[in-house]
Amino acid sequence: MPGTLAITWEPGSDTLLGTCHCGARHTSQDPVEAWAWLLAHPDGHGLSGSEGASE
Amino acid sequence: MAPTTQIPRNQWYVAAYGDEIGASLFARTICGEPVMFFRDAGGTVSALADRCVHRRFPLSKSNRDGDKIVCGYHGFTYDKTGACVAVPGQTRIPRTARVKPYPVHEQDSLVWIWIGDAEPSPVSSIPRAPWLAADGGYTTLRALAPLKARHSLLLDNLMDLSHETYLHGGYIGTPEVAETPITTEVDEEAGIIRVSRHMDDAECPPFYAKSTGIDGRITRWQDIEYFPPCLYTLHSRIAPAGVLPPASGPDSDAFHVEITYALTPETETSTHDFWMVSRDFGHGDAGMDSFFSQMQAEVVQQDVDALNLLEELIAADGEAYQELSINIDTGALAARRLIKKLNEAA
Ligand code: FES
Ligand SMILES: [Fe+2]
Ligand SMILES: [Zn+2]
Repeated sequence: MPGTLAITWEPGSDTLLGTCHCGARHTSQDPVEAWAWLLAHPDGHGLSGSEGASE
Repeated sequence: MAPTTQIPRNQWYVAAYGDEIGASLFARTICGEPVMFFRDAGGTVSALADRCVHRRFPLSKSNRDGDKIVCGYHGFTYDKTGACVAVPGQTRIPRTARVKPYPVHEQDSLVWIWIGDAEPSPVSSIPRAPWLAADGGYTTLRALAPLKARHSLLLDNLMDLSHETYLHGGYIGTPEVAETPITTEVDEEAGIIRVSRHMDDAECPPFYAKSTGIDGRITRWQDIEYFPPCLYTLHSRIAPAGVLPPASGPDSDAFHVEITYALTPETETSTHDFWMVSRDFGHGDAGMDSFFSQMQAEVVQQDVDALNLLEELIAADGEAYQELSINIDTGALAARRLIKKLNEAA
């Protein structure tokens, strides 16, 4: 899988924001689920909690 | 319990600091393999399996004859490539008389060794740490902490910046730490993890105010880069609030501290915890030297004590344990996955 996967978290908040290499984003409350979502690209993109690719 | 190794093979690992290896024979176990090192007459480091093929006497307890090693038990003599060139009492040298040589590469004051049976990946793939080089413009303090805990426990520890508050009693923390987003990035192609926390308007910890002469608020960046499996770097940048690095050229209005770890498995359940702290200011200031080395040694020891305890629990309770991960574990989970990938590829 090419590209860079990112998760941003603000300490004190419950939410993780995942950004896929394709630009799709997904919010989550669990880092295991957040990485799983990123690694599943493109499966699961466009479900609730995620936005489609931004390109 | 799975008997398989957790140590990725076919990888470069840091075996030693360059200045640990000189003319005398030096032994260290790397990834479960006993290795003997020495610096040859030309100044190049050689590494051989630390067991004589005859009756397994450790070559590190033997003698040098120029660049040859003469076994201290019965005198099998090896050249620096591990080939046996003489045996006692006879002229015929058995064909299989050879000890395993290890590929070695020295750069940035670190001695790297290739562990695994595959062809070594090119030395250009070894991660760089130019601030550690003698002419790198940094003052470095370093040590090696023996850790009786597995590589994965140290990795979990280093990838998480949040245990500072609890394990290190707020050593490094300031109020802004809690409000600053942490971004964890995995570069899948390069196989590198980056964790960054950029505080753009933070209180200056008193020590930094004193040592840098900055008064007032600061821009404080912490950027971890982890190059699996061995090299971990934490780039710390401190500048007056609002001072950003220039688009090109040296970042000379900021102060930089580089914290480097090399995490080299000794065995499945113990690790060589090499730590280095480098700064690009206060050169020749003995007070600053002792501050940085004492602070870092203390932080490392707190981690070592905690991880040794965890390893004892694993030994007592068994490996099976249902962990629970929360947001602070985002970086550690990413690191574990890359190690798993390396293990599967090896
Ligand atoms: S064990 Fe080395 S020569 Fe006998
Ligand atoms: Fe720590
Ligand atoms: Zn995607």
